[in-house]
Amino acid sequence: METLLAVWEAIPETWQNLLWIIVKILAIAVPIMLAVAYLTLAERKVIGYIQVRIGPNRVGPRGLLQPIADGLKLALKEIIIPTRANRFLFLMAPLLALAPALAAWAVVPFDDGMVLADISAGLLYVLALTSLSVYGIIIAGWASNSKYAFLGAMRSAAQMVAYEIAMGFALVGVLMAAGSLNLGEIVRAQEGSLLHWFWLPLLPLFFVYFISGVAETNRAPFDVAEGESEIVAGFHVEYSGMSFALFFLAEYANMILISALTAVMFLGGWLSPFQGIPGLEDLFAWVPGIVWLLLKMSVFLFLFLWFRATFPRYRYDQIMRLGWKVFIPITIVWLLVIGVAIMAHLGPWFD
Amino acid sequence: MKSLQQILKSFVLLELLKGLRLTGKYFFAKKITVQYPEEKTPQSPRFRGRHALRRYPNGEERCIACKLCEAVCPALAITIEAEPREDGSRRTTRYDIDLFKCIYCGFCEEACPVDAIVETREYEYHFENRGENIMTKEMLLAMGDKYEQQIAADRAADAPYR
Amino acid sequence: MSIEPVLFYIFSAVLVFAAVMVIAVRNPVFAALFLVLAFFNSAALWLLLEAEFLALVLVLVYVGAVMVLFLFVVMMLDINLTPLREGFIKYMPVGLVVAVIMLLEIAVVVGPENFGLDQVAPPPRHGADYNNTAELGSVLYTVYAYPFEIAAVILLVAIVAAISLTLRRRPQTKYQNPAEQVLVRREDRVRLVKMEAEKAGSAEGAEGD
Repeated sequence: METLLAVWEAIPETWQNLLWIIVKILAIAVPIMLAVAYLTLAERKVIGYIQVRIGPNRVGPRGLLQPIADGLKLALKEIIIPTRANRFLFLMAPLLALAPALAAWAVVPFDDGMVLADISAGLLYVLALTSLSVYGIIIAGWASNSKYAFLGAMRSAAQMVAYEIAMGFALVGVLMAAGSLNLGEIVRAQEGSLLHWFWLPLLPLFFVYFISGVAETNRAPFDVAEGESEIVAGFHVEYSGMSFALFFLAEYANMILISALTAVMFLGGWLSPFQGIPGLEDLFAWVPGIVWLLLKMSVFLFLFLWFRATFPRYRYDQIMRLGWKVFIPITIVWLLVIGVAIMAHLGPWFD
Repeated sequence: MKSLQQILKSFVLLELLKGLRLTGKYFFAKKITVQYPEEKTPQSPRFRGRHALRRYPNGEERCIACKLCEAVCPALAITIEAEPREDGSRRTTRYDIDLFKCIYCGFCEEACPVDAIVETREYEYHFENRGENIMTKEMLLAMGDKYEQQIAADRAADAPYR
Repeated sequence: MSIEPVLFYIFSAVLVFAAVMVIAVRNPVFAALFLVLAFFNSAALWLLLEAEFLALVLVLVYVGAVMVLFLFVVMMLDINLTPLREGFIKYMPVGLVVAVIMLLEIAVVVGPENFGLDQVAPPPRHGADYNNTAELGSVLYTVYAYPFEIAAVILLVAIVAAISLTLRRRPQTKYQNPAEQVLVRREDRVRLVKMEAEKAGSAEGAEGD
């Protein structure tokens, strides 16, 4: 132990900081990867339950080792590169899809002060990074040299640009209400009670944001980019083995990210739902904030799965109509409403 | 007015929420999964599985090589060759069923005037080599011998409905 | 040694490389992707200059939206490059002269005698609590409120103009409106008419065949 400490002391301070940051990144990324793995199992279980089946239950007790078996299988499979595909871009695309989904976690506060990078423009950073995830899909579709992949990529590019705008406007509402771009500050602005959380004053934006989030992650009912029944599997038809697994990881990591952001921005992040209720507040005071955040995230993740099990896929023109003609007008109108509410110091949120 | 109502209805996501409620209800419903190798679904006496050729109680094979089954088979899975036996009775020398072609429709069973070809309840079988998909006469007769009791009981149970 | 100069040189080198590649590569899709890389690195350089708002907005707007649409178009286009390359040698001398003149002009304007630490003092380093976004906002909405709003109006005019120029109404084309189709009720289309039953004698002609 002492020798270890001595070694640590011997490292120059800049390198010490760097090492610390790397440790923190691992502490975030590794649980996310695990969560992604088990989200796939949860998805199969939940959808199975909704379809009155019991889902996977053979690998390990109650099927708990299923994701590991899936991962092993994918890791052992051959990566096939189509003829005349662009090799570099073809292999780059899955990484480009996954990287933004992980990088955005840098600014997500897990508890008061428990955040990797407490930057002032956190919300912008999140918006910028989520807008990057479309590149993985477009490049994958183009580099595959396949018409189905290309169609999927085109669909998803148009869809993501449309829903990004609605998402961005919804976030503008949040930052107006909170008066800050820092995600920690946004949560602190919601302090008080369950009714102080932003879901109430920003109710339409809350719905718009979450639904746009579903569209951004290309999940059912907005999964035209994959569209199994129309364009085989969309942008990732030509992918196999680990490169396919990376797309899978990216999709689920994005789902978790959207859930975390929705929880942080509209449901008070790490705040306890019993805050401000005499008796109950003290009763649950010992629960760490991260538990509340994880609980809220699980609710949204369950919604993702529930949606997938319930809704049929949107037609392409319906998706465009919903994004441009419904969501964007709603958000703009509600921004005006919030502006008026802030000017009027409408309690209990804006006083 | 109607369209206004419609817009309002779609705005509060009424129909989507209805759908979510329905699937949500089934989430808690009792699951109907049958855990196959350990549990099996009950079978009807009319179950149509792998074929068998039956014998009379005295050990004589029933099939008289009338080739009705061959004629009726929609998948052309049955091949029959026949010749008179030493005692002069008409018998098959070859009775092959290609299980890859067979669609298990049960027409052969219906067509048979002497209840010789039947379909048993056996459905768990597999082939490991090419050619094993052809059931020869010997295999069919062996199946019949093995399951005779079950086959007879199933025919008896189904008799009132024929 | 501080790590910032190292980062600066890395980002600048990649930026210059990407910028050159934008005009050097033959495939337009690659050119667009290199442009994305260039934007990314200039955003990183802005981050080093403590202009995080500009950096993030550059990524958000240019990389996240504009370049996506660019790629969209470039991927769909099937550009035949051979006619574009015709006469490359013929025009080269003119092009070279223009390029050299421009280079010299740039050198005169942004040369070391106009820039550099002697002419322009380095901005003071700000503390950790300095918020570039808030500063930018407060300047934008006070000192530069009018220019800002005028710019916004000009952009709006551009949007309206672009839409009105490209929007084609073609009344002769028939198309379906699914939303309207869904709204149709039975009462709108079917009219139930009550009629007296006809006498048997009048239907004789129909029975003939």
